[in-house]
Amino acid sequence: MLPRELKPELFNNYPPEAKGLAVENLATLQELPLSFLPNLLREIIEYDYKFPLERQEIGKELAKLGSLAPAQMQEWFRSFRDLSLSTKLEHFDWLNQPAQFVEQLSAHLWSTHQLDAFRKAAKEYGDRIQTTVSPEQPVTSRLGIAVIGQGLSAYEGLLFRKLRDYGTYFKNINPENGVLQILKAVTARAETYPVPYGHWYVEGGLAIEHSPMLTCVSYQTLEPMRVSLLRNMQTEIKRPGLGPEELRTNLAALRPAEVGFGKQGDVVLNHFQMKLLTEGSGTQIFSTTFVQWAAREALRRAQPLTLFARFGPRQRQRSMNELLSNTDSSSELDLMGSLIDADMGAYYNWINQQRLPGADRSSFVAWFEGSRQTVAIGPSFARGASSNSAVTLGELVSWSIS
Amino acid sequence: MESFKCEAFPTRSLRDVAQSLSCSRRDFLRSTASMVLGGTLGGARPFLYTGSTKKKVIVVTFGGGARDQETFAHEGQENIPHMLNELAPQASFFTQVVNRGILGHYVATASLATGVYETLNNFASIPPQHPTIFEYFRKDLKRPPTDAWVVAPSNGFSRIGESNSRSYGPGWGAQVVLPKHLLMAAMSEGTTDYQHLLRDSYETPLFAPQLGGSEFELRQLETVMKLSVGDFKTHAKTLASPDELSIYIVQQLMRQQAPSLIWVTMHDIDVAHTGAYSLYIEAIRRTDRLCSQLWKIAQSEPEYAGNTMMLVLPDFGRDSDEEAGGNGFQHHRTGDPSSRTTWMMALGTGVREGAIYDHPLQSTDLVPTLGSIMGFHAPLSQGQPIQDLL
Repeated sequence: MLPRELKPELFNNYPPEAKGLAVENLATLQELPLSFLPNLLREIIEYDYKFPLERQEIGKELAKLGSLAPAQMQEWFRSFRDLSLSTKLEHFDWLNQPAQFVEQLSAHLWSTHQLDAFRKAAKEYGDRIQTTVSPEQPVTSRLGIAVIGQGLSAYEGLLFRKLRDYGTYFKNINPENGVLQILKAVTARAETYPVPYGHWYVEGGLAIEHSPMLTCVSYQTLEPMRVSLLRNMQTEIKRPGLGPEELRTNLAALRPAEVGFGKQGDVVLNHFQMKLLTEGSGTQIFSTTFVQWAAREALRRAQPLTLFARFGPRQRQRSMNELLSNTDSSSELDLMGSLIDADMGAYYNWINQQRLPGADRSSFVAWFEGSRQTVAIGPSFARGASSNSAVTLGELVSWSIS
Repeated sequence: MESFKCEAFPTRSLRDVAQSLSCSRRDFLRSTASMVLGGTLGGARPFLYTGSTKKKVIVVTFGGGARDQETFAHEGQENIPHMLNELAPQASFFTQVVNRGILGHYVATASLATGVYETLNNFASIPPQHPTIFEYFRKDLKRPPTDAWVVAPSNGFSRIGESNSRSYGPGWGAQVVLPKHLLMAAMSEGTTDYQHLLRDSYETPLFAPQLGGSEFELRQLETVMKLSVGDFKTHAKTLASPDELSIYIVQQLMRQQAPSLIWVTMHDIDVAHTGAYSLYIEAIRRTDRLCSQLWKIAQSEPEYAGNTMMLVLPDFGRDSDEEAGGNGFQHHRTGDPSSRTTWMMALGTGVREGAIYDHPLQSTDLVPTLGSIMGFHAPLSQGQPIQDLL
């Protein structure tokens, strides 16, 4: 099937709001090339489980596309139309399985040496849409906080090496009650700016008591789901002839309830957490990877005003089959390795925060938990500087957002 | 916007970025290893093979690659002390090797070995579509099966030694050793002492293929490498990773078979796919040490000392931190310049020592270059011989 053959009734398998959105914009969708459309459908089909800002952006994008004159439409999508697709791809059920189609498209583009052309087309499109549709500016400056090294009392190496150039390195802060002070500051921001999914707490261990105004994702809370998912994966892997691509496709088809998420509760957050485990790489086995990926995805999708990520210790490396079979739940921890992982993870959290609107006003604080070492980045802090000030974390955070 | 999130960082063309990556490697090497630009040197010593079986070539590739910031950039130097201080001063260093093919480890290694950007399924255990270097080498030079060997990680590399090309193919390929399979075959039921050597990081940690081992592989161990199962197991216990096991196997092959062409693919670095940065760094350091160790072995083995060229190159790079579509070091999925651009080091007999070449090469240039050096033709290869090595 080709996009021009789309009809309203063909969207019957879409969730209700997604179907409504697709039918409302059917004329626009019919005009889009097959090398592009499933990428957009991949977002639309998830519309019912999207965060508010994602919904707004999809709406704006469709409105913009709908406003284009035929000549503009030709111009915007010429590079996509120039890509050569196979008959097999045209016959794929891209309407109901857009994510799987995109995976197949990706393999096709790689194997036909068209990936660079696709990247170029995608970048041109992204640039166009970003310059014509203004992104949502945050209602206040963003704040990111990364706490690393949970469980490790000391470290001789150099920390925050990648972050220091961008802010001030504090080497003598008062660490007392640091995590609680951070949570208090984060909660205060959530109360002042009560934006849905606007304030996040991502925990690599077991979440400590926190305000319900924070959207919380915790590695340990998800343990039953992780175990269930790993069991599912083990069963799948044993099937003859199964490869990683098919496994990924099967995982993508899983529903939250199938791995233990309750049918009640926050449906949007459950879907988000499910995707962390089924689409993330290493999130099922290493808590440090889980926190980094959860923070990345929260920033990319929900665009929060506040994101507090506390990295926990991960298990030591074992053979992949051992890790996936999860046979030893009380496995030894790698505290030093976890600190190094989290140090890099903190850097990635900052990079991902800086990709969002309002980057020039945003701030970021990274702290080695229990220690006196912190780095703070933002308009309030000098770049490439260091300080001996004996401040508390609460004070540092308040300077960040002042 | 939603369908194609765009990066906020300024972007440059692939060529600009590749050039920049190349320059960072070159400048770094020049400042730390007393190396000079190859173009400023005169009078290369030709290293053309004359058909003598004494001439040897060892190709070392490593899967997943390691980015500049963890290796040849200033902040990465602590991770590669052996390559930097021991190997680079003896080597010709090519700063810009671009892989324009599919960035999966099996298919990329197959492309390196055929000189053609292969399009086979990265995760399937199938042979390359085009003749491999091993087939060209053995058929053209009429070499016996024992003169070309591949030591490879277990995941799908079992067919890397021989293509399904009609004009070459069956009977002309390399012998392939999969050390992890050997170890599995040697292990008794329920033994857990060797699990650390059986790590199979793979390109998606969601998928770990079951390892197997067979009687055939045990016979290979005893008849080819002259190792008893007991000795093999005892030594394996002293090793820390699958790549250490691979180098141990290479050493046994060099001693017992002295092949003219050895291809070893290391894979520890691919642990990066789990997202654990510390494990990725640890693997780079180990790979650095193992490259040095292998070169020392070559210098100490009578069959190899003084007549061996060793080439070291990652199969490709990894995604850059600035690429919004990726997740930094973890993967190589975006096809950005950082993931496509890597380097190559050539050292040994006939190689200009301490020279840096920063003109772009392609991954597919390796096979025709080795063809020119060793004296065989690679008619179906699509690369060009690297003149600086001829």
